[in-house]
Amino acid sequence: MDISALSESYPIASIFVKGFALILVAIIASWIFRALLVAVLPGEGAKVMRTAPLTAAFGIMIILLYAIAGIFAPWIAPYSESEVISSAFAPADENMWLGADQLGRDLYSRVIFGARNSVGIALIATSLAFFIGAMTGLIAATKGGWIDQAMARSADVIMSIPSLIFSLLLLSIFGTSMIVLILIIAVIYAPRVFRLTRAVAGDVVVMDYIEAARLRGEGLWYLIRKEILPNSKAPLIAEFGLEFCFVFLLIAGLSFLGLGIQPPTADWGSMVRENATLISFGEVTPLIPAAAISLLTVAVNFVVDWMLYRSSGLKE
Amino acid sequence: MSTENENDLLLKIRDLKIEGYSDEEWVGIVHGIDLDLHRGEVLGLIGESGAGKSTIGLAAMGFTRDGCRISGGSVQFDGMELTSKPKSELRKLRGSRIAYVAQSAAASFNPAHKLIDQHTESPVHYNIKSLSESQADAMELYEKLRLPNPKEIGFRYPHQVSGGQLQRAMTAMAMACRPDLIIFDEPTTALDVTTQIEVLAAIRDIVEQFNTAAIYITHDLAVVAQMADRIKVLLKGNEVEEADTATMLSAPKEDYTKSLWAVRSFRRPEKQRPTADSGEIPVVSVDGIDAAYGKGLKVLDDVSFDIYAGMTVAVVGESGSGKSTTARCITGLLPPSKGVIRFNGEELPPSYKKRTTDQLRQAQMIYQMADTALNPRIKICDIIGRPAQFYSGLDGAKLKTRVEELLDLIELEPAQYYNRYPPELSGGQKQRIGIARALAAEPSFIICDEVTSALDQLVAEGILRLLDRLQNTLGLAYMFITHDLATVRSIADEVVVMKEGRVVEQGPKTEMFTPPHHAYTDLLLSSVPEMDPDWLTQLLEQRGVDNIGEAAGN
Amino acid sequence: MGDVLAIVAKRLGLGLFTLLIISVLIFIAVELLPGDIAQAVLGQQATESTLAAKRAELGLNDPAPVRYFNWLKGAVVGDFGKSLVSSESVTDAITPRFKNTLFLALFAAVIAVPIAITLGVLVALFRNTLFDRVANVLTLTSISCPEFFLGYILILYLSVQTGWFPSIAKVSPDMSLFDRLHRTFLPALTLVLIVVAHMMRMTRAAIINLLASPYIEMARLKGTPAWKVIVKHALPNSWAPIINVVALNLAFLITGVVLVEVVFVYPGIGQLLVDSVSKRDFPIVQACCLIFAATFILLNLAADIGSILTNPRLRHPK
Repeated sequence: MDISALSESYPIASIFVKGFALILVAIIASWIFRALLVAVLPGEGAKVMRTAPLTAAFGIMIILLYAIAGIFAPWIAPYSESEVISSAFAPADENMWLGADQLGRDLYSRVIFGARNSVGIALIATSLAFFIGAMTGLIAATKGGWIDQAMARSADVIMSIPSLIFSLLLLSIFGTSMIVLILIIAVIYAPRVFRLTRAVAGDVVVMDYIEAARLRGEGLWYLIRKEILPNSKAPLIAEFGLEFCFVFLLIAGLSFLGLGIQPPTADWGSMVRENATLISFGEVTPLIPAAAISLLTVAVNFVVDWMLYRSSGLKE
Repeated sequence: MSTENENDLLLKIRDLKIEGYSDEEWVGIVHGIDLDLHRGEVLGLIGESGAGKSTIGLAAMGFTRDGCRISGGSVQFDGMELTSKPKSELRKLRGSRIAYVAQSAAASFNPAHKLIDQHTESPVHYNIKSLSESQADAMELYEKLRLPNPKEIGFRYPHQVSGGQLQRAMTAMAMACRPDLIIFDEPTTALDVTTQIEVLAAIRDIVEQFNTAAIYITHDLAVVAQMADRIKVLLKGNEVEEADTATMLSAPKEDYTKSLWAVRSFRRPEKQRPTADSGEIPVVSVDGIDAAYGKGLKVLDDVSFDIYAGMTVAVVGESGSGKSTTARCITGLLPPSKGVIRFNGEELPPSYKKRTTDQLRQAQMIYQMADTALNPRIKICDIIGRPAQFYSGLDGAKLKTRVEELLDLIELEPAQYYNRYPPELSGGQKQRIGIARALAAEPSFIICDEVTSALDQLVAEGILRLLDRLQNTLGLAYMFITHDLATVRSIADEVVVMKEGRVVEQGPKTEMFTPPHHAYTDLLLSSVPEMDPDWLTQLLEQRGVDNIGEAAGN
Repeated sequence: MGDVLAIVAKRLGLGLFTLLIISVLIFIAVELLPGDIAQAVLGQQATESTLAAKRAELGLNDPAPVRYFNWLKGAVVGDFGKSLVSSESVTDAITPRFKNTLFLALFAAVIAVPIAITLGVLVALFRNTLFDRVANVLTLTSISCPEFFLGYILILYLSVQTGWFPSIAKVSPDMSLFDRLHRTFLPALTLVLIVVAHMMRMTRAAIINLLASPYIEMARLKGTPAWKVIVKHALPNSWAPIINVVALNLAFLITGVVLVEVVFVYPGIGQLLVDSVSKRDFPIVQACCLIFAATFILLNLAADIGSILTNPRLRHPK
C-alpha cells in the first residue's frame, strides 16, 4: 500500500502504521546491538548484557548515538549551527534533508549541534546539582542532629515551590544567561538529590560498621569516603539518570518558553518554538527536535529502570 | 501418640524439591524431603537459617512464596495431591483445613481491622459458622489461650495488643475453623523468654485439646523439645535425621545432630575477683549512671558494676532492660545524664567525641549481627588493617604482617582470606573478622553485644572458645551482653541481671545460679527452655497455669 | 481522636509556616534585582523627578521589611498591587486566568485520576506479565516526552490533519460548557497523557509495596479469595499511598499546565506568568509564583492529612 496516499486519507491509521514500523525497526536494532555488545564486551559485561531487556539495550544504543553526535558534531553536521544557507523555512532538498529553519539555517546541522548544546548544558547543570546535593546529603546523614534537621527543612522549603515556577521566577530576576541558567537549575535540583542521598546514606549510617568507625575516632571525611559512599553508589547512579531526565526536560521547557538557552546557540527546545508555526501547515519539522528530546529521555529512563530493577532484584 | 496406621496419615510428602529464583536462574532450596504426619501429631522441624524449614512448611499448604516454585515430588494432604491441584481448590483448603501461624504476629495481622473481624473471616467465608457463632467461638478460644479479657480483647486493633498476646490471638485465628493441620512458623522467636513460655504453654494446650496435627518450625532445640512428638533435623534443604523427641534428645545418630546437642557442654572455670587488699582496680567501673534518649523517659536508672582485668561479666535481661543502652553509655555513644564511667580508675569524658584516641582504643566492641558490623564493600585486610594503621601507625609490610598475625589469631588462613570481601564469608567467619578488628586496636576491654545469638549453635560455641582463649592469652576484660543463659553459664565469671533500666541483682556466677534468687532473676532463669522434654510441664506444675510469664513477674 | 487533631494541627501550622517562608523568598528574590525598579519601568530617558515620583508611588522608599509586610498584608486579602506594565490591578489580571487554569487542571484531573488508578492497580496485580511490561514501556515513554512535544503531535494529527479539535484553545466567559470542553480538549488530553503515566507508575509501586506485607500473605494463607484480599485487606491500607499519589500528581498538573497553556495559547495563569517573566512585570510574577506555590503546598498538605486520617494506628490510639 502506498503510505503517502494512506496518510492523506486516513491520518490516524497512518500514525499507527508508521509507529508500528518504527517500533519494529527499534526492536530489531536493539536486538542486534545487544548481540553485538555481548560479543564485544569482556566476561562480566557480556553476562550482564545477555540478560538485559531489549529496552535497556535500546537505551544504551541511543545514549551512545547521542554521545557520538554531541562529541563529533562539527564533523558530522554538514553546516555550522549559525550559518544561513537558504531562505526561511525552505523545504527539504538534497543539500539539507530536513529543510531550513525560520532564518534559513540547515535544520539537520542544528539538530546535530543541539546534541552538544542541549545535552551538554543539562549534563553540566545535573552534575552541579548532584555534586551539591550529594555532598550536603552525605554530610547531613553522617552528622545528624540539628545540622541534619536544618538542612532537611531548608530542602523541604525549596522543594515546595514547583521547579518550573521557581526557575521562571529566578530567570525573570537574574536574566537568561547560560551561567545563570545552570546555577538556577543546580539550586532547584540539589535539594532533590540531597533528599535521596540523605535517605540512602541514612540507611547506611545506622549500620554497626559505621558505629565501629565512629568509635575508632575516624573523621567525617573518612566516614563519607570510605564507609558510606561505597555502599550508596548504585542508587545514586540511578538517581543521576533520573535527575538528568528532569533537568533536561526542564531546560527544554524553559528554552521552549524562550527563557532557557538563547539564540543563536542551536538548542532543541528553542528550535521547537522557532519552528512551531509550521505545525499549522501540517509539517512535522518542529516535532523533530522535540522528538530528539523525548528519545534521549526515554533512553535514559529505560537504562535507569533496568538498573533499579537489577539493584532491587539482587537485594531480595 | 504416633501410630503406624495408614488411615491416620494426614500429610505425606515425598521427594519434595523447591527452587528459588535468584540472579536470573533457578537455584535449589529444598532437595528432596520426605515427611509423614499423622492426625493429632506434632512434628518439629529444626535447622539453621537457610535449612528450608519455612519453605517446607508453606509447601505443606501447597503454597510457595513469590520467586519460588515446587519443582518436583509430591505433597499429599488427606489423600489429595496438592502439587497438581488447581489454585482455587488449594485456596479452599487454606484456613479451613490447614492453617498457618506466622513468626511476626504484629506484621501478620492487618492493621486496619479488629482482631475478631480477622478471626471470623475464614469460618464465615466457608459457611462453617455464622458470624455470631464464630465471634462467640473466638472469645472461647481467647479464654482457652488465657488471653486477658477474652470477651473484649477481640474488639481491639492489632497495634493495641502486646506481642505475646497477638501471637496467641493468631493461634486462636488459626483454630477458628478447627483445621486438621496447623503450621507454626517460629511463633515465639520474636518474643522474650518470659513471654515465650505463656505462648508455648497456650499453643501446646490447645493443639492437644483439639487433637490438631501441627508442624512446629523453630531453630531452638529446647523449644522444639517441649512442643513436638517427633523431630526432623534439616540442613541446607536436606534431611539429616528424624526420630521421636525422646530418642532424638537422648541418642541422636548423625554427627551433625550430635554436634547441635553437644554445644552446651562448653564450660570454663570461673575466675574470682582479685582480693580487696591486692589493690587492683577494675578496668571498667560503671558508677551510678542514668541515661535517657532525647528528653524522653529514663532508660537507665542508677546502674553500677565493675569489670576486672581478665574477667567476663555477663549482663543479662530481656529486650528493653537497658543492657545495650549501658554498653552505649560505656562507649560514649550515649552520654549518661548522671554518674561516671571510669577506665582503670580514670574518669572518661561522657561523649566518645571528647575521648582521646588512646581512650577509644582501649575499649572495643563486637556486634551481634556480623552482616551489619562489617562494611560489605571493604576488603578483609582493610577492615582489620584500618585500626592497626589508625592507632599504631603501621603501614606497608608491617601492616600486612600484623593483619596476617591477627588472622592467625582468629584461626582463619591469612593467604585465603586476606583479599576477600565480607559477603563471601560465612556467619561464623564474619564474626571472627569482627573479633580480629577489635583485637587490632590492642584493647584491654571488649564489649560483646549478643555476639553468638545470630549464629548457629556449633559456630557459636567455636566463637565462645575463641573468646575464652583470647582472654587467657591477652588478659582481656569482657562485658558480655546476652539474653541466652546457656552462654552465661559457659563463659561468665560474674552476672549482672537487669530489668527496666535497673540492676536487679549481681554477683559471681555460681552464686547467681544457686537459689535463693531475687524474684525476677528466678523468673528469668526458670523461663529459659531446657532440653528436657518435660521441662515445660514441670514448670507449669510449679508455677500454676495462671501464674506464668508476664503475670509471674509482678 | 485528640492525638489525630493535634497532629493535623501541627501539620497545618507547618504548611502555613512553609508558605510564609516562601513568600519571604519570593519577596527577597525581587529585592535582589540589580538596578532600580522605577528605572526599569520608566526606561532610560526618565528624569530624576519622574523617577522619584514613581518610587514614591511604588512605595520603594520604605525599608524592605515594611514593604514586605505591606505586600503580605495585601496578598492575604487578595491585593497584589498593580502591574508595572499596564498599571492594571494584578488581582484583576489574575482572577479570570486563574479560573481558566483551574478549569483546565480539573478537566484533566477528572479524566486522569480514575484511569490512572484503575490501570495502576491492574498492572500491580498483573505484575511481571506482558501487560505490565508493555505498560511500563509506554508510561516510561510518556513521562519522557516534554509537554510541548505531545501537544504538537496532538495538534498535528487531531487538529491540522483531521480538523476534529481546534488547535488554539481560545475560551471566553460566555461559552457553553460543551464548547469549552471541546476547545480545551487537546490541552487537557496532553496533560492527561503525562499525568496518567506518572500516576500509574506511582500507584503500581505503592500497591506492590503493600502486597508484599506479611498480612497480605497471611490473608492468602487463610484461604481468602483473591478479590477479597484486594478489597478487604489491601484497599483499607492503600488509601494513604493512593491519596499521596493523587496529590503529588495534581501538584504536577499545576506545573505542567504552564507549558501546555503556551502551546495551545490558552488564557491561563501559566501563560500570564511566562509573559510577565519576559516583560519583567514583577508584581504579577510574584503573585503567580505565590499562587502556584500555595496550591502546591496545599495539595501536599491535603495528602499528609489524608494519610494521617486514614491511618488505623492513629485513628484508634492505644
